[in-house]
Amino acid sequence: MTELKLPSIDYAAISPILIMLGTALLGVLVEALVPRRWRHVVQLTLALLAVLAALTMVVLSADERIITAGQALAIDGPTLFLQGAILVLAAMALLLIGDRSVERGGAFVAQAAVTAESADDRRQAEGRNGLTEVYPLTTFAIGGMLIFVAANDLLTMFIALEVFSLPLYLLCALARRRRLLSQEAAMKYFLLGAYASAFFLFGVALIYGFTSGIPGRTAGVDFATIHAAVGESPASPVLLFAGMALLAIGLLFKAAAAPFHVWTPDVYQGAPTPVTGFMAACTKVAAFGALLRVFQVAFADANWDFTPVLGAVAVLTMLVGAVLAVTQTDIKRLLAYSSIANAGYLLVGVLAPSRDGLAGTMFYLVAYGFSVLAAFAVVTLVRDEDGEATHLSRWAGLGRRSPFFAALFTFILLAFAGIPLTSGFTSKFAIFGPALEGGQAWLVIAGVLTSMVLAFPYLRVVVMMWLSEPGESTPTVTVPGGLTAAALTIGVLATLVLGVAPAPLLDLATGAAEFVR
Amino acid sequence: MSNFPFLSVLTVAPLVGALVVAFLPRHRPELAKQVAFAWSLLVLVLSVVMWVSFNAGGDRFQFRESYSWIPNWGVSFTFAADGIALVMLMLIAVLVPLVILASWHDAESSKRSVPVYFALLLVLECTMIGVFAAADVFLFYVFFEVMLVPMYFLIGSYGGHQRQYAAVKFFLYSLVGGLFMLAAVIGLWVVGGKTFDWQALSQVDISTGTERWLFLGFFLAFAIKAPFFPFHTWLPDAGGAAPAGAAALLVGVLDKVGTFGILRYCLPLFPEASKWFAPWALALGVIGIVYAALLAVGQNDLKRLVSYTSIAHFGFIGVGIFAFTTQAGTGAVLYMLNHGLATGLLFLVVGMLISRRGSSLISDFGGAGKLVPVLAGVLFFAGLASLALPGTAPFISEFLVLIGTFTVNKPVAVIATLGIILAAAYVLWMVQRTTQGTLNPALSEVDGMRRDLNLREKVVVAPLIALIVLLGFFPKPVTDVINPAVQATMDDIGRTDPAPSVGGTVQEAAK
Repeated sequence: MTELKLPSIDYAAISPILIMLGTALLGVLVEALVPRRWRHVVQLTLALLAVLAALTMVVLSADERIITAGQALAIDGPTLFLQGAILVLAAMALLLIGDRSVERGGAFVAQAAVTAESADDRRQAEGRNGLTEVYPLTTFAIGGMLIFVAANDLLTMFIALEVFSLPLYLLCALARRRRLLSQEAAMKYFLLGAYASAFFLFGVALIYGFTSGIPGRTAGVDFATIHAAVGESPASPVLLFAGMALLAIGLLFKAAAAPFHVWTPDVYQGAPTPVTGFMAACTKVAAFGALLRVFQVAFADANWDFTPVLGAVAVLTMLVGAVLAVTQTDIKRLLAYSSIANAGYLLVGVLAPSRDGLAGTMFYLVAYGFSVLAAFAVVTLVRDEDGEATHLSRWAGLGRRSPFFAALFTFILLAFAGIPLTSGFTSKFAIFGPALEGGQAWLVIAGVLTSMVLAFPYLRVVVMMWLSEPGESTPTVTVPGGLTAAALTIGVLATLVLGVAPAPLLDLATGAAEFVR
Repeated sequence: MSNFPFLSVLTVAPLVGALVVAFLPRHRPELAKQVAFAWSLLVLVLSVVMWVSFNAGGDRFQFRESYSWIPNWGVSFTFAADGIALVMLMLIAVLVPLVILASWHDAESSKRSVPVYFALLLVLECTMIGVFAAADVFLFYVFFEVMLVPMYFLIGSYGGHQRQYAAVKFFLYSLVGGLFMLAAVIGLWVVGGKTFDWQALSQVDISTGTERWLFLGFFLAFAIKAPFFPFHTWLPDAGGAAPAGAAALLVGVLDKVGTFGILRYCLPLFPEASKWFAPWALALGVIGIVYAALLAVGQNDLKRLVSYTSIAHFGFIGVGIFAFTTQAGTGAVLYMLNHGLATGLLFLVVGMLISRRGSSLISDFGGAGKLVPVLAGVLFFAGLASLALPGTAPFISEFLVLIGTFTVNKPVAVIATLGIILAAAYVLWMVQRTTQGTLNPALSEVDGMRRDLNLREKVVVAPLIALIVLLGFFPKPVTDVINPAVQATMDDIGRTDPAPSVGGTVQEAAK
C-alpha cells in the first residue's frame, strides 16, 4: 500500500477561511451553552470580531501569491482583494442583521417553525426576540464565500458553493413579517439553487472527462490541468463546450444573470431586508470572483469560444434587468432588477481580458456592494406598524417627511444611475474603458443604452420621494439605531469617496489584478 | 494677478456659498436670500477681475491650472479658459445675481424650503462655471452631468404646472445625450492613449470611421442640450414649468453648454468628421430656425413661447458654427452671449408679468400696458432685442452669422434670413396681445397687476438693458476676446475664410 502523501498547507494564507468557519462552529456552541438573553450580544460580537480578525489576516498576507492545499486554493491578488471586499461588506451586513432597534426584536422571526399567519405568528411578530442562529448561519456563508473566490479547482469550488448557499437558503426563510412570502422565497431559492448546483456538478464531470488522455498528465479539475487541456486535450471539444456551458449556468445563477435570474426578484423581496442586502453585495462578489477565475484562468485560452456567448448573456441580462425594473412597484423588487442589470455590467468586465478589466470588475464589485447595502439599509428604515413599507406608492412625499434619509437614498439612486461624483459613475467607467479597449464596443454600447432605460425607474423613485405630495399612508422613517446608522453611513460615504477619489482603491485593485496559475 | 487660480476659485466659491445657504435656518429665508445674493456678487467681482486680467492678444488658453485627480485614468482637474469660455463665464457671473434678485419671492409660493432654492441656484452656478472652465474632457463630462441634478430639483420642486413631467423629461433627455457622450468619451480616451487632457487629445490622429462615431456621440449630447431640432421637445416643457429665474438660467446659460461643447470639443477634436457632418448640422440649424419660429407664433403660453424663440436662436448659432468662417463663428459666439442677455431678460420680465397675473397664458392678458406701463415697456424692449433689432446687441451677432454664412453657403443664409421675419411676427404679436389693445377687464381685478416694477425689479432689468444697448453699439471689447479663439478653432479644422472678391476672381484682382 502506498503511503498517502499529505499536501502541504499554508495555514497563515488560508487563516481568514479558518477563522470564519471556526467562528461559525463556535457560534453553534454559543447557541447551546449561553443563556438566551445573552446570545444576541455574544453572537453579534463574536461574528464581528471574527470578520475583523479575518480582515486583519487578509491585510497581513496582502503580498501572498501562492497555490496551497494541493491545488485546491489559490491565494493571490484577486483572491485577497475579493476576500477583503467580502469581509468588509459582510461586516456592514452584520451590522444590519444585528440591529434590534429599528424593529423590536430584530428583522428575524422568533421561531421559524410557527405556522405563518397563525395567532402564534402574529404574537411573535409583535416583538419577541428574533432567532440568534442567524449569526452562525451568516458566518458559515461568509466562510463559504471566502473559499469560493479562492477555489482553484472545480470540486473545491462546488463545495464552497454549497457551504455558502445552504445557509443563505435558510436565512431567506427567516423574515419576521410576511412569513409566507419569506418561506416562498426560500423554497424557490433552494429548489432553483439545487438545480443550478446540479448543472455545475455535471459540468465538472464533463470537464473531468475532457482533461483525461493528455500524455504525461493525470486527469483533474484543478485549473492548471484544465488550462493545459484546453490547448492539448485529444478529447472532443464538445465535452469542453458542454462542460463550460453547464459550469457557467451554475455560476451565472448565483450571479443573477439572465436567463437564470428569475429567482432574484422573489427572493430579494421575500428575504429579510438585511439578508437581501447581504446577498446583493457579498454573493455578487463571490459569484463574480468565481466567474473571473474560471473564465480567466481555467478557460483563458478558449475565450474565442465563450466570449460571444457570455457577451450575449451580458446584453440579455442588462436588457432584462433594465426593462423589467421600469415596471416595478415594489422597492425591493426594483432593487432586485437593478441588481440583475448590474450583473450584466459586471459580465462586461469579465469579458475584458486585461489587467485593467480585472481591476475594474473588482472595483465595481466593491463600489456596488457599498451602495446596495446602503440602499437596503434605507429600505429597512421606511416602515409603519406592519413592518417595512416597500410599495413605491407609499414612498410618495418621503422627502417632505424625512428629508435627510430621502436625500441619502436619492444620492444612492443617482449613484446607481451613474451620475458623476458617485461610485456608480467611476465603476462604470472602470469597466467600460477596458471593455472598449478590448474591442468589445458592442457590449459598451449595450451598457450605455440600458443605463438610459435604467435611469427611468431610479428617477421615478426620486420623483415619488420629492415631487409628490405625501399621502395619508406615507410611512415615517424610523430613526435608525446605532448599528443601521453605522452601516448606512459607511455605505453612503464609500459611495461618495469612491466617486470623488477612486484612485487609492483603483491602485489597490490594479496591484492585485493578477491571477496565479 | 494673472497667477491667481481664478477658474478653480470661481468654480468652488459658489459651492461653498451653497453649503452656507443650505444650512441657514429655514425660518430665516430673508437671511438666506441676502447671503446668496452677496455671494453671487462676490463671484461677479472676481469674474470682472479675471476679465480684466485676460490678455486678449495672448495665448489661446489662459489661467491654466492642473491638479492630479485620478492618475490611473489620466484624469486631472485641469482648468483653462479661451476667449469663448471667458465670455460665457462672464455671462454666468452677470446673470446669476440678477436671477437671484428676480427670484426673491419665487420660492415662497411653493411651500418648500426657501434657503434650499437659493442653495440650488448657487450649486447650479458652480456646475455651470465648471463646465465652461474645464480643460479636461473627463472633468467637463462630470460637470456636464452633475449640472442636471440642481436643475432637476429647481424645476421639479419649485416649478409650476406640470413640473414633475417637465423635470423628468428634462433629466432623461439630457441623461440620454450624456450617456452617448460617455461612450464617446471612453472611446476617445482609448484611441487618445489614455489621457483626458484637451490639448493632448487635440493632437491625436483618429481614423476616419472612429472619428465619425465619436463625433456623433458628442454631437448628439450637445444637440440635445442646445437643443437643435429634432431634439428640442424637452425645452418648451422645461422652460414652461421652471420658475422664471431658473428658466432664464436654463435657456440663457445651460443650453449654451451644447453650442460651446460643439465649438470646444466637436470641431477641434474631430475636425474631419465635423466637416463631413457639417451639411447635416446646417440643415438641422436651418430647420430649427424656421420650424421653432413657426411654433413660437402659435404659442399661447408666454414661457413656452420664449422657449421656442430660443430654439430658433439656437438654429442661428448652429448655422454660425458650422458655416466655418471666422465671421460666422464670431457671430455665433457673440450670439451665445447676446442671446443669454436678451432671452434672460425676456424670461425674467415674462416671469414678473406671470407672477403678477398668476397665469402664464397670453389670452389672460391684454392691454396690460395701461396698468403697468414700465413693465410693458421693458417687455417691449426685451422683445425687440430678441428679434434682433438694429441697435440691440443680438442684431450684430445675427448679422455676423448671416454675412459669414452667405460667403460660403448662400441658400442656407437666405432661408435663415426668413427667421428674422418670423421673429418679428412672434415677438410683436406676443407684445400686442399682452400689453397693447383694449384692457382685458379681468386683468384690472387682479391686485398684482396694479403694481408696476418695484425698485428690486428695476435693479434686475436695468443692467441687462444697459448691456444689450452697449454691446449693440460697441461690441469691440467682446469681439476682441472672441475673435482669436474662433480663429484658432477654425485653424483646428483647417478652414480659411474665402478671400473677398469683387467682380472677377481673386487671381485676376491680384494681377
